[in-house]
Amino acid sequence: MSGDPIYTEMIIEYSRNPSNFGKIADAHIHQHDANPLCGDTIDLYLNIEDNKISEVKFDGHGCAICMACCSVLTEMIKGKNLDDVKKFDKDELLSELGLQHLVKTSPVRIKCALLSLKSLKFGIYSYFVDKMKDSESAGNLNEEAANLY
Amino acid sequence: MQSTADAFEDLRKDFPVLNRRVRDNKKLVYFDNAATTQKPNQVIDAISDYYQNYNSNIHRAVHALAEESTEAFENTRDIVAKFLNVEDSREIIFVRGTTEGINLVAYAWGRDNVKEGDIIVTTEYEHHSNIVPWQLLTQEKKAQLKYIDIDDNGELMLDQLDDYLSTGKVKLVTFSHMSNVLGTISPVEEIVSKCKNAGVKVLIDAAQSVPHMKVNLNEIGCDFFVFSGHKMLGPTGVGVLWAKKEVLEKMSPFLGGGDMIREVHKYETTWNDLPYKFEAGTPNIADVIGFAKAIEYLEKIGMDNIRNHELELTKYALEEMKKIPGLTLYGTKEPEKRGGVISFNFNSVHPHDVGTIIDKDGVAIRSGHHCAQVLMEKLNVAATNRASFYIYNTKEEIDVLIAALQNVAKVFKL
Ligand SMILES: Cc1ncc(COP(=O)(O)O)c(C=O)c1O
Repeated sequence: MSGDPIYTEMIIEYSRNPSNFGKIADAHIHQHDANPLCGDTIDLYLNIEDNKISEVKFDGHGCAICMACCSVLTEMIKGKNLDDVKKFDKDELLSELGLQHLVKTSPVRIKCALLSLKSLKFGIYSYFVDKMKDSESAGNLNEEAANLY
Repeated sequence: MQSTADAFEDLRKDFPVLNRRVRDNKKLVYFDNAATTQKPNQVIDAISDYYQNYNSNIHRAVHALAEESTEAFENTRDIVAKFLNVEDSREIIFVRGTTEGINLVAYAWGRDNVKEGDIIVTTEYEHHSNIVPWQLLTQEKKAQLKYIDIDDNGELMLDQLDDYLSTGKVKLVTFSHMSNVLGTISPVEEIVSKCKNAGVKVLIDAAQSVPHMKVNLNEIGCDFFVFSGHKMLGPTGVGVLWAKKEVLEKMSPFLGGGDMIREVHKYETTWNDLPYKFEAGTPNIADVIGFAKAIEYLEKIGMDNIRNHELELTKYALEEMKKIPGLTLYGTKEPEKRGGVISFNFNSVHPHDVGTIIDKDGVAIRSGHHCAQVLMEKLNVAATNRASFYIYNTKEEIDVLIAALQNVAKVFKL
């Protein structure tokens, strides 16, 4: 179907073949989250080396939007500096998949899209608190994650 | 003489929302009735009539408006009692809905009657509202919560109930009359008779049964019975808890406050009579009054006719859905054993995606876990799609659903 504002080729493709799908054993960061509306769950795994994301994987059940967003998010942050990842925002993620319109048109489906980013922010938040003792960065991230949608 | 299908089609004119268009000017096909049903003009008008003409608090003042509103409110209690074949309308307690009714029993009855080591039995196909209150209670009392599992047909494995009852520790068996996901109708008589033989109390969550079939509380013989008005044409915020007078009289109150008292002194209070002992504070007057019109509406059609109409729709939908490749149906294959609720999955497409795509064709179904995550775990899925029918639905609407599902296959290139 052409012109579908959500189910584009790219989203369907990612939903069938998600990128970076799997687990990392003993990952430096492991964040689990769930969407209480539909019961979708994701697990995000990150390894950090030299302040960079050296490895990233995700795993879980989700709709096409959730799977596509997790895929794109993991692709976008791989190899990136933690300070950049900290600043990563929802517009960057949504525009990569042409889903910015969801913010306005679908308060329900936006949660599917941003579960990935919420997990990332909470995951890095815990990392800043536990490993880096950086409470200022942590506080900001925590607030951002809590206010994403 | 109209055919039955025509008579049901004719009801649609009473439901203003069914005329509206959604999305790209598509006719609304409303198949989310297990979540809440639409309301007829009769109900809507009764509510605005109350606010326009006799709005006032009940049971207190002696002025004209208060007398009218009290009478209309209490009249609903009588109508509910008659509808369920309850002789004493003081056994009808108005609550906010099924959830509040179950919580009332868990707190007011459960706290006094459940002790360490006791067992509460529920089932794998319960709504969260018939699981979480019992988790809270059993955790607080160091009691145990046990489940009757379901078999591959989506039916309860009752031999497990026998095992639980034989321990002599069971205090309450609580189950839904009809599953809100699988549509399975529970074998009420069998469960109640087993429990009665063991001297165990029974609570029935009737949220999905009372709206769709004839229920005679005089015959069922359970101890507690709860349901929600909004799933049977009534307004939101009104539900009913029924229990035998002897049980209610022995129970401690749930909420304390106005209306539920006889006399209040500085350090002690005596309770009001039934049902007011359990109705603290100003109740949802307008909606209780509206609820009476919903019951009258259903009775006019006849509960047996409603059951037959839904059975017809369910049979038709199951037949048509079986023809769609890649569609998985949950629950029993025998339509007579189920209500008008069909849960399904479509290939590996996530229910949220199915819901969004068919919504474009105006079809409203529910996608998700349906507040039944214990059951989802059992079925080994995160979520399902659920289409659920009511009096105003038609076979033509089912055809729209089927066509919309075919569109999902196209979008996902299946
Ligand atoms: C079987 C069952 N029990 C309980 C409930 C809860 O009803 P309410 O939300 O009206 O309290 C529902 C409705 O979703 C239900 O289907």
